[in-house]
Amino acid sequence: MMDKTYTVALMGNPNTGKSTLFNVLTGLRQHTGNWPGKTVTHAEGECRHRGTLYRIVDLPGTYSLYSNSADEEVARDFLLFQRPDVTIVVVDATALERNLNLALQVLEMTDRVIIAINLMDEAKKKGIHINTKKLAAKLGVPVVPISARNREGIDALLDTVDAMAHGRINTNPLSIRYSPEIERGIAKLLPLVKDVMGDTYPARWIALRLLDGDTSLLQALKQPPQPLIKEGNAYACCGSVKSV
Amino acid sequence: MAQGKRCRLSDTKPGDRFRIEKVDVPDPVLKRRLLDLGFVPGGEVKVGQRSPLGDPTAYRVCGTTIALRKEESDYIYGETIDHDG
Repeated sequence: MMDKTYTVALMGNPNTGKSTLFNVLTGLRQHTGNWPGKTVTHAEGECRHRGTLYRIVDLPGTYSLYSNSADEEVARDFLLFQRPDVTIVVVDATALERNLNLALQVLEMTDRVIIAINLMDEAKKKGIHINTKKLAAKLGVPVVPISARNREGIDALLDTVDAMAHGRINTNPLSIRYSPEIERGIAKLLPLVKDVMGDTYPARWIALRLLDGDTSLLQALKQPPQPLIKEGNAYACCGSVKSV
Repeated sequence: MAQGKRCRLSDTKPGDRFRIEKVDVPDPVLKRRLLDLGFVPGGEVKVGQRSPLGDPTAYRVCGTTIALRKEESDYIYGETIDHDG
């Protein structure tokens, strides 16, 4: 009998050590470098932990998912259409403020998220202390400190991946409340989005993107890699965007 | 250098510290981009070196150096809070 293979996506800002972590997890010698924008398309590898096989996908490093660069669209589309079983957001321990922007965006799209705080060794050198328990409580998802290049925290990370993939972790991701005007817009759109898209997609997130006038997302939704949209309704969804 | 003067980020000089008050960009995609790069209201920017031709300029923001052209830094408003060049 074939066991299920779980898909694990790696996301994060440029230069946070995603590719280093990818290599540690998969044992592959994918080239890693010290400059941003290196991972142009995603790289894949496999990793076995406690008898379960994981497909690890290294996505391009991005600061955001919304500025519509090719890198960001690759990362966004993977989350949206491939729906990985677990998404690891790799953040730089020495620049949390900058890195948590992307983490919050990912939390709006999926609740199966683990935050891996990388470069803990560097943070220690700089005298930065991170209260991972408090951060986990605030974000509502597991937070695991690691140092990918020293192979520290990798077992704890994989144990957390294992627990999440097998449904043993309940998350409660931080949900950002927007201004009353935006929340009214979301409330108006939400039933329409659910009607057209079903439960496959993160409806609140899509409503937000529609309010933001994200035409790139509309293009992607109209031509998804697989037939995921109920036929005939796609246009109605697109047509209602501007009128709300 | 008059301290606390309202200005655009593009008006600053290397060595200035600048506090962002407003990011007012007509193009929503560029606005999003600047916010994502760390140019957020309340944020602090350290002005770095200017390229030999005067543009772009390096800015230190949220622990990373980002280069902006004048047509981008023109849209970032705030005040110079210090100069330690």
